[in-house]
Amino acid sequence: MAEMKNPEETTKTLSRRDLIKGVIAAGAVSSAGYLFRASGVRAQQPSAAGSVERLVTITVNGQQRRVDVMKQETLATTLRYKLGLTGTKLGCDRAECGACTVLIDDVPHYSCSVLTQSVRARKVVSIEGLASADGKLHPMQQGVVEEQGFQCAFCMSGFIMSAVGFLKVNPKPTRTELAHGISGNLCRCQDYDKILTALLKGAENMRRA
Amino acid sequence: MAVIRDVMPAFELFQPATTDDALALLAKYGSDAWVLAGGLDSFDWLKDRIKRPKVVVDMSQASGLRGIKEVNGGLEIGAMTTLTEVVRHPLVKEHFSLLAEGAELAASPQIRNQGTIGGNVSQDTRCWYYRSGWKCYRAGGNICFADTPTAINREHAILDADRCVAVNPSDSAPALIALDAQMVIRGPGGERVVNAQDYFVGPDINIMRMTVLKPNELLTAIRIPGTWGGAKFYFEKIRDRQVWDFPLVNVAAAMKVSGGKIDQIRIAVNGVAARPLRLTAVESAVIGKPADAATGEMAGKIAIQGAVALRFNAYKIPLLRNLVKRAIGGVQEAAWKS
Ligand SMILES: Cc1cc2nc3c(=O)[nH]c(=O)nc-3n(C[C@H](O)[C@H](O)[C@H](O)COP(=O)(O)OP(=O)(O)OC[C@H]3O[C@@H](n4cnc5c(N)ncnc54)[C@H](O)[C@@H]3O)c2cc1C
Ligand code: SF4
Ligand code: FES
Ligand code: FES
Repeated sequence: MAEMKNPEETTKTLSRRDLIKGVIAAGAVSSAGYLFRASGVRAQQPSAAGSVERLVTITVNGQQRRVDVMKQETLATTLRYKLGLTGTKLGCDRAECGACTVLIDDVPHYSCSVLTQSVRARKVVSIEGLASADGKLHPMQQGVVEEQGFQCAFCMSGFIMSAVGFLKVNPKPTRTELAHGISGNLCRCQDYDKILTALLKGAENMRRA
Repeated sequence: MAVIRDVMPAFELFQPATTDDALALLAKYGSDAWVLAGGLDSFDWLKDRIKRPKVVVDMSQASGLRGIKEVNGGLEIGAMTTLTEVVRHPLVKEHFSLLAEGAELAASPQIRNQGTIGGNVSQDTRCWYYRSGWKCYRAGGNICFADTPTAINREHAILDADRCVAVNPSDSAPALIALDAQMVIRGPGGERVVNAQDYFVGPDINIMRMTVLKPNELLTAIRIPGTWGGAKFYFEKIRDRQVWDFPLVNVAAAMKVSGGKIDQIRIAVNGVAARPLRLTAVESAVIGKPADAATGEMAGKIAIQGAVALRFNAYKIPLLRNLVKRAIGGVQEAAWKS
């Protein structure tokens, strides 16, 4: 983190949230500079059909991000360690918990189980992309704040992304339908009832917004 | 137990845009290559460093393999179509809801949003000895770790075992067999089409593979004929948790009933053998009989003939019997739908 320089912010004490925002704005690299060091852009492949390059542009939260991506790199790694978007959590790295859920072309995916190389032409939205530019929370986030739906909240960004994705298909779900829609997310604190209440509140906020 | 490591070991990645380009890559790299569809079976192997392919051929950009179209009253489903797309497709829902039900009960929403129907029928077994890298029969060794006096084998096979006692974990496979689906395969020699029930192989045929696919071949599409469109369907899956978990046993049946009697039937089960089993003995025994509890009772008994329990999976025998009974005799189930 010490390497991160964001000139506008150096005088202030950075809150965690400001820090994350700063990283997004500056396009800087945060906690995993080491991943970069090992990975200079290699010479072009001899042009076998379908070969890929390491320097790619991906659309994350509405911005075009140029990033050096290993062939075997997952989207969760790219988001967290290369783009500094640490709101996306890694719980299991095995498609078994949902903490890493992001939207790809509006559809919820486990970013731990997607190759970054495969989202080049697609739109990725992570939890950081929900609030508007002026910092106003997304109605779903607002619902979660209002209902205090989570305990430790490690699972929260995944749940919110799942819910936002599900609501695009079914904007007015019953409690049971929403439970099914977000059933690909686990909460270690096991507060599913409150989580559902909060997400339903968010759904209501979204319909009103 | 899964361990989170930094990143997967390096591999060369190709993302061919067409089947032809993909086949050329498979021909070139042979056994060094790994086909990647949605990756939800593959990534575990790669992350755990149990399988170390040098080359990954990612089919995600081959848009021609994705989508569902109507063909002669039936459907042709591209192998790269996601399970969610299958579940939500109006023609699948209207005429072949059996497949929609099976696919909907697989895994979790995010997995269905990415996992493909082609990958679902081609996925490897979940036997954890094998998946943890133990060198068992299926991995080319000469022992089965799941079939020893101390083995943990609650999820393993009760039928047709031959050295290996692993099961096929697919939820869509029995539905496809019951619908008389056909698998369209392309390889260096061109296209071949095999019936769904013959796509899967048991250890007696090939102990190291789950399907007839050769390493240089691709599954390109699954065809569902119009034959069973709108028939009476039954799908049931029993699992420990209602999300994520693979079937302990599942059953898929398609029936045509007239005057209360069963005219035609296809019934298949999975989770009980190394390949999904079409229960032909049950089918012939119930034709002409009323679709009621008594026929179901008889069918259930036939289904379990020859079943052999391991130390921890004896429960699967009555489970299979009861699922087959319900598939034929019917049951009022409150399905969880959304
Ligand atoms: C946590 C978890 C829970 C799950 N629970 C269930 C469940 O309850 N029921 C269920 O049915 N499944 C379950 N699955 C499996 C999941 O549905 C499958 O992994 C998925 O459908 C496989 O599709 P994929 O596209 O992701 O496959 P991939 O991992 O990409 O491929 C699977 C295998 O098939 C081969 N393959 C794929 N497509 C082709 C093709 N077109 N031609 C040739 N070879 C091909 C690949 O080489 C690979 O060996 C679960 C998976 C996970 C991770
Ligand atoms: S059941 Fe099959 S896959 Fe599992 S340990 Fe035995 S031989 Fe290997
Ligand atoms: S970290 Fe991706 S599902 Fe758990
Ligand atoms: S609130 Fe702690 S994991 Fe969900």
